[in-house]
Amino acid sequence: MDSLIDLMPEFWKAAGETLYIVGFTLFFGGLGGLLVGLGLYLTRAGSILANKPVFVVLNLFVNIVRPIPFIIFLAAAQPLARMVVGTGIGNNAIIFTISLAASFAMGRIVEQNLLTVTPGVIEAARSVGAGPLRIIFTVLLPEALGPLILGYTFIFVALVDMSAVAGYVGGGGLGNFALLYGYRQFNPVVTWAAVLLIIVLVQLVQFLGNWLARKAFRR
Amino acid sequence: MPAPSPVVELRDVSKVYPPTVKGGAEVVAIDGVSLTVDAGDVYGIIGYSGAGKSTLVRLINALERSTSGEILVNGQDIARLPERDLRPVRLGIGMIFQQFNLLGSRTVAANVGYPLEVARQPKDTRRARVAEMLDFVGLSDKARAYPDQLSGGQKQRVGIARALATQPGILLADEATSALDPETTHEVLDLLGRVNKEFGVTIVVITHEMDVIQTLATKVAVMDQGRVIEHGDVFDVFSNPQQPASARFVSTVVKGLPSAGELAVLRQRHPGRIVTLAFRDSSVDQARVFGEFAAAGVTFEVVYGGINEIQGRSFGHLTLALTSAGGDSTIDAVLDRVRTLTTVTEVR
Repeated sequence: MDSLIDLMPEFWKAAGETLYIVGFTLFFGGLGGLLVGLGLYLTRAGSILANKPVFVVLNLFVNIVRPIPFIIFLAAAQPLARMVVGTGIGNNAIIFTISLAASFAMGRIVEQNLLTVTPGVIEAARSVGAGPLRIIFTVLLPEALGPLILGYTFIFVALVDMSAVAGYVGGGGLGNFALLYGYRQFNPVVTWAAVLLIIVLVQLVQFLGNWLARKAFRR
Repeated sequence: MPAPSPVVELRDVSKVYPPTVKGGAEVVAIDGVSLTVDAGDVYGIIGYSGAGKSTLVRLINALERSTSGEILVNGQDIARLPERDLRPVRLGIGMIFQQFNLLGSRTVAANVGYPLEVARQPKDTRRARVAEMLDFVGLSDKARAYPDQLSGGQKQRVGIARALATQPGILLADEATSALDPETTHEVLDLLGRVNKEFGVTIVVITHEMDVIQTLATKVAVMDQGRVIEHGDVFDVFSNPQQPASARFVSTVVKGLPSAGELAVLRQRHPGRIVTLAFRDSSVDQARVFGEFAAAGVTFEVVYGGINEIQGRSFGHLTLALTSAGGDSTIDAVLDRVRTLTTVTEVR
């Protein structure tokens, strides 16, 4: 317990790093997921921009990336991170890698959420002359907003999960903190402190997500 | 009277879907259909589900693209028009749907205003037009409500307001009342009648409901397996169908001739002779026919049938069970006299 009190500055720094990593990956991964999801949805057979080759390639890519355990993906994608963000280690490298992995995971969720929009509503929009871009922004996304918010809440938890291994490539955050000061120094109190904060964080976000989704559903 | 001008003209239009499995047969949804809808018509397209009605109506606003043939909308062939050039065409054609297809994320007013946004109308024009349309469908007080808070009939009225927002000359109704109860159906049909009469909108309505044709349509086309097998004035087609398939279809909605099963039941209950008489408009005087039976001392009982009214003219079939103390010869004699008045079919 005393050691935890001594570690308080590191603890809060780690918490800040987790928020930093998760915040940026939620933005970049969320955006990437939206694009991948829209791509999958729009190009599938019978959809407004149906395009079999694009769909098949995109679908295959998602299926290849998604099952790779993240810690292996982190190592495998290191050269790519070096190319894009200029470094293979540290928080920025891991933000890139998590965003990439999350794009494909979130893409699948977005695709499934968009599929809940009744095709008839899209047909009605087409019947008044709306083009694909207008349909995306005025029909698809607003109609699927409730499920999409829940989807993003879900992916938030996955991002916290992925950020925990940041330590392996020289990143920080609560996962790194728990491993470094708790697990390796045989100090379970420290580990549990990190766990507790993560639980609180996830609960808060889940609560916020549910509240927003309810508002979107009730309209 | 000036010659009616065609608003929609289909010339030998076909729609063929490629095989769903490799090596399978292609599916012919629409098979060489030619059809002319004149300005001011309420054109009913009737047929069993799977006959191709939905596809046919979607060819008119190019939600479905034809495989061959010409589709003239106000004289312009839209069949080969690329997607981006279809917008002005679609703005001139409103459409309402069986499931209403309102945007759940928008209020009633925003739903009605949606086509006007697509047409890039200024905000003031939009607001005025939305108010006008909501007033027309009697839902001004629901402007701020969301579709989820409305009944089925109200949703369809919003659908109608939305479809007419851009003042189209043509309205396509895809089974617009099939999801509604009978009373609400009549409200919506009355509203569609007003759309036709007050705004002069030409309506193409697809349905499997006799009610819709009876109250609303002026002309009808009967579809079967992707073809229009018969078309013409509603009264002519329903009272005197020419094709066996359309007669079979008409008989499912018009209570006229008993089916084989019903006939067997009738036979059991009525051991005497059973005949069916056809009545069509004023050409047959029912009173005179029944007078003949009475005069010959033949007692009759109406055991099956119905008289329908379409556009103020009536037609139908009545099936009678006949008995006479004078036996078969008396009945034969009176039937001969009745045959000079109307069509008599002896049911055995």
